[in-house]
Amino acid sequence: MNMASGTPGTAGEGPMVEGSVEKALAATGTFLDDRFHAAKGFRTLMRKVFPDHWSFLLGEIALYSFIILLLSGTFLTLFFQPSMTQVVYHGTYTRLDGVRMSEAYASTLNISFDVRGGLLMRQIHHWAADLFMAAIMAHMIRIFFTGAYRKPREFNWLIGVALFTLGMLEGLFGYSLPDDLLSGAGLRILEGVIQSVPIVGTYLAFFLFGGQFPGDIIIPRLYIIHVLLIPGLLLGLITAHLFFMFHQKHTQMPGKGHTDQNVVGQPLYPYFMAKTGAFFFFVFGVIAALATFAQINPIWLYGPFTPIAISSGSQPDFYMGMLEGALRMFPSWSTEDVLGHTIPWNVFIPGLLPIGLLFTGAALWPFAERWILRDYREHHVNDRPRNAPTRTAIGIAVIATYGVFWLEGANDVIADHFDIPLYTTTEVARYAVFIVPVVAYILTKRICLGLQHKDAHLLEHGVETGIIRQLPSGEYIEETRPVSEEAHAVLTARETEQKPLAVPGRGDENGVPDPANRGALGKLRLRLNRVFTESVPLPVGNGHGNGHGNGHGEPERAAVTAASESGLPPGRDDAEGTSNSANQLPDDGAR
Amino acid sequence: MSETGEYSNDLPHGNGDLAVPGDGETPARAPHRVIGTPPPAEARTLLGTDDGDPAPAPRELPADPPDPVKAKRAERVVAALFILSMLASIGFIAAYIGLEVHSVDAVLRSNLALGTAMTVAFMALGVGAVIWVRQLMPDVERTEQRHPMASPEQDRKAFAETFKEGAEASQFTKRPILRRTLIAATVPLGLAPLVLLRDMGPLPGTSLRHTVWKKGMRLVVADSNMPLRPEDFDSPGGMITVIPEGYQDNDVALAKAATIIIKFAPGELIPNRPGNPGTVMNWTVQNIVAYSKICTHVGCPVALYEATTHHILCPCHQSTFLATQGAAVLFGPASRPLPQLPITTNAEGYLVAQSDFDEPVGPSFWERG
Repeated sequence: MNMASGTPGTAGEGPMVEGSVEKALAATGTFLDDRFHAAKGFRTLMRKVFPDHWSFLLGEIALYSFIILLLSGTFLTLFFQPSMTQVVYHGTYTRLDGVRMSEAYASTLNISFDVRGGLLMRQIHHWAADLFMAAIMAHMIRIFFTGAYRKPREFNWLIGVALFTLGMLEGLFGYSLPDDLLSGAGLRILEGVIQSVPIVGTYLAFFLFGGQFPGDIIIPRLYIIHVLLIPGLLLGLITAHLFFMFHQKHTQMPGKGHTDQNVVGQPLYPYFMAKTGAFFFFVFGVIAALATFAQINPIWLYGPFTPIAISSGSQPDFYMGMLEGALRMFPSWSTEDVLGHTIPWNVFIPGLLPIGLLFTGAALWPFAERWILRDYREHHVNDRPRNAPTRTAIGIAVIATYGVFWLEGANDVIADHFDIPLYTTTEVARYAVFIVPVVAYILTKRICLGLQHKDAHLLEHGVETGIIRQLPSGEYIEETRPVSEEAHAVLTARETEQKPLAVPGRGDENGVPDPANRGALGKLRLRLNRVFTESVPLPVGNGHGNGHGNGHGEPERAAVTAASESGLPPGRDDAEGTSNSANQLPDDGAR
Repeated sequence: MSETGEYSNDLPHGNGDLAVPGDGETPARAPHRVIGTPPPAEARTLLGTDDGDPAPAPRELPADPPDPVKAKRAERVVAALFILSMLASIGFIAAYIGLEVHSVDAVLRSNLALGTAMTVAFMALGVGAVIWVRQLMPDVERTEQRHPMASPEQDRKAFAETFKEGAEASQFTKRPILRRTLIAATVPLGLAPLVLLRDMGPLPGTSLRHTVWKKGMRLVVADSNMPLRPEDFDSPGGMITVIPEGYQDNDVALAKAATIIIKFAPGELIPNRPGNPGTVMNWTVQNIVAYSKICTHVGCPVALYEATTHHILCPCHQSTFLATQGAAVLFGPASRPLPQLPITTNAEGYLVAQSDFDEPVGPSFWERG
């Protein structure tokens, strides 16, 4: 931007230079504004406020990893040959001299050993891909637990689910391209899974592979999908994702002065721009460091693909581990020869069901929660995970189940490292996949409610100071002080919580049951609603006093109540002892 | 630009800049004192409002950090980091020019040098920029109002009206025959591209039911391509991968025809009997058995053999087969035994196939039956 620096006669310091800078900027601005009428819009843009929280950086990691993937990937395409033509290698890597391999594998060796910076770029590309997926996962987990997917952001959540799915495919296809022994086994497994689909599976596999496995065209096909089709979709979806985020403004964490009607933070220009620019450099720096010091996918050690060999301890990239674990864990069920057909449940179910449930469940979740809570309001202040105990518990249960699958995907490595019999790991996983989510759910919910108790206690009694005081009467009491204003704002950021629906069996004030709660679906909704709205009430008065003199905490000890049990008539907002004016917002479901 | 002309006298660069952009060389009249990049509120040429309000907006951001001494120190640190980044980038170029590749050691050296330089270059920039933001830029917090995403009711009504008007003007709603024929026309148009995908591959036919093994074809050791005689096995144990002779370069053939052979001690094999599946003894030669190497789960090569327990293990998903009993499934997700290849010896005493496998090898599929 420093357009004046090259102007003759302005070298040195002083007002002359600054005047010139300003003039040059002004001239540029005028030139552009004459053509785009952008001054007003861009001024607003520069002032746009971005809330700050460390967890908001997770999505940025994914974004910057993607940019790094585009850059490093473009470099790799300059040298990579997506061809399965068989060649005999006589190159730098002498240990494979004279070995038959595909051109894809040979050119990957070439990139690694004969292109300066080629190995670095390969490793940057691979590490960036892993970081991309890890960041997407962490970002989605953050969005989930803080409820940031709620209205009006459901579409961005759906885009996120699509990005995650596409990212998995993109990664799988990408690491298959070098046509090495490890990734070839991955493709073989992919082919086996596709073949397991009833009725059309064999056809799908033949169309994808151009005939029988491995054929001679799968690498070129994966290549064009990997470098054009999926990146194009990712780019489009990421653009939409960012546009929606921008247009709807970022959510914010609970805090003093943070409401659903405002956004508090620092302006885009210069603060957010500088910070996010710095963060891009960080992400690139970390990936470069990984690529320098942590070897990844040394395909020359694996050797070229051959269908008759495999290395033990074969592991896919981490984001495919869940599928791998499901395949390893599932029992050997299959239906042989029913009306002349075979259905290999042992492949079909683990290949499609866990991942299908995960993605479908994730996509439907915002709408399901909205339906259960009848919550049609906009939300811009994030939830603290403890304040949505059921959601948090379900999220942890899903993550724990994913973790069981994921660990089982590496069960041979675990068995080897920890000296556990191999089959035991699988047997344990088969039970754990059902037990772990239940335990995780119960524990998480208890912990969340416990944390709510703690918050309520803090609000009511204040912060313990550790000072013991003797009263004139001889009684000892501990001094407390009220929580700070900032902490108070965070602790009470539950006032917009959704209230429970009407108690079943009772009507409204006039005894008329809500028609929406009739029928099996209505009853299900009521039950779920009671589970979802379970919470510890905030103390009345919100603890601005020090809480002394109002008994010693019997109310909140006994108070894990679904408010439906409180016996108050439905529709009363103070059922939990908090005022709730936000609940009166118009119900868009009625529109 | 005509609206802006009326207040352009307030602007530091006078009329000319606004009205005639090319005229920007005109010397500025008494420029305001500006430090660094002018804050938006002052660079009015760049950011002038066009709503006719000539008054400059009040300053919203403080111009300087609260502690000038600390800021000065931070400035030096940031500048040092930027210089470090610059040096690292120069180092990257130097390493690129100076360090050759073309051998494993050289590549690792080059990778270390290039990667370290790149890491330092980016990290120093990142750290420098963060210190810049945190220590040098005055801390601000701004609050912006949100408005409900929903448009005001009158806007929605207006939109609906406009939409309806357009639909009516297009005649789309009024002329059902046009509407229906248009929809009818687009359906096959949408299907046509699917047809184009048909030639992506041949139809499966019965190709998955057969391998290239046929009567009299010799079993040769993978990699060495040497044929085998039963006498070559001096003792039981060990698993050898064999392939059909002449197919060592045909991956499609090998992906189905790869076979393992194991020699057992007499009496170890459990023969196949009705109701008690086992190894088909007629298909063995001197206690040498041949099984398909392609796992019946999802097709990985079953590469591990434990001679003491006679377990064949697939390293991918740990399906375990009992070699002495017709490769029956002992554990893991595979649902079928590994098919047994009927073998015998030919006139020269070499191991040969009696025929192809009598069932499809590899993973199951719908048409398998």
